[in-house]
Amino acid sequence: MAQQVRPVAGVAVGDVIGPVTVPVGRETLVRYAAASLDGNPIHQDEGFARSVGLPDVIAHGMWTMGAVGTVVADWAGDAGRVVEFGTRFTKPVIVPAGGNEVVVEGVVSSVDTGSGRVGIDLTVTSGGEKVLGRCAAVVRLA
Amino acid sequence: MPVNTDYQGREYPPSGPFAVDAATIMEFAAAVGSTDPMHHDAEAARAAGYADIIAPPTLAVRYAQQCDAQYIGDPDAGIDFSRVVHGEQTFVHHRPITAGDELIGTLHVDTIRMAGGHAMVTTRTELSDLTGEAVCTSVSTIVVRGGE
Repeated sequence: MAQQVRPVAGVAVGDVIGPVTVPVGRETLVRYAAASLDGNPIHQDEGFARSVGLPDVIAHGMWTMGAVGTVVADWAGDAGRVVEFGTRFTKPVIVPAGGNEVVVEGVVSSVDTGSGRVGIDLTVTSGGEKVLGRCAAVVRLA
Repeated sequence: MPVNTDYQGREYPPSGPFAVDAATIMEFAAAVGSTDPMHHDAEAARAAGYADIIAPPTLAVRYAQQCDAQYIGDPDAGIDFSRVVHGEQTFVHHRPITAGDELIGTLHVDTIRMAGGHAMVTTRTELSDLTGEAVCTSVSTIVVRGGE
């Protein structure tokens, strides 16, 4: 079955993406550490995280960005359509033994029907607090 | 030792090649919660015009950070990794990273800025394939917290 890329013709500035709630557990971070080669123990070992002054294990900022990338790619209909993607890491996502959640919401900020390029501003929160700043993507739609 | 501002503007010799295999793409996609067939179904990826399965938009960091290591691990650069926090990250994809790629990364130290006792270091890795075609520009800003 052919993958369906979202047509730019149906997209307008102000369109809302999500909110999408993404669960994150310690096992998510162990898996991300292996896949990304970022083995920093603050993302896996509660005792180590506390020993360096953190309240608990924290997610890799890049895991959070990656999870947002998944939401954006799903909306576009093909991960290869995400052409620009950037963020600031403003607050850690705390991952206690019981896990946590990240909530991703996007708003279309620009639409260029000629090139199919669509800008998206993203708001990413955990426990009601923003964890990313100036998070934005550009996707190239059909 | 403070962060050495003499490194601003430095360009490193190319790193790699980093072979991108399908298993790495699939593991990374699963870790960021993606079920997009572009990451695991080669037939679907080819139908969409790609040579093979493609990477999620943030996999490039795996290769960019390996390029960064030659700078961050250089004792003369003065970067105490235990004081490093990732501040900012941007990717510009010239084309998706694709299974079968062999990526070459060229690391640039773009800016080193001191602010409030901390150093903000922005590095840029230009990833290209073996033919020299640009694949991804990854820009990372780390904050090196100053000593108390």
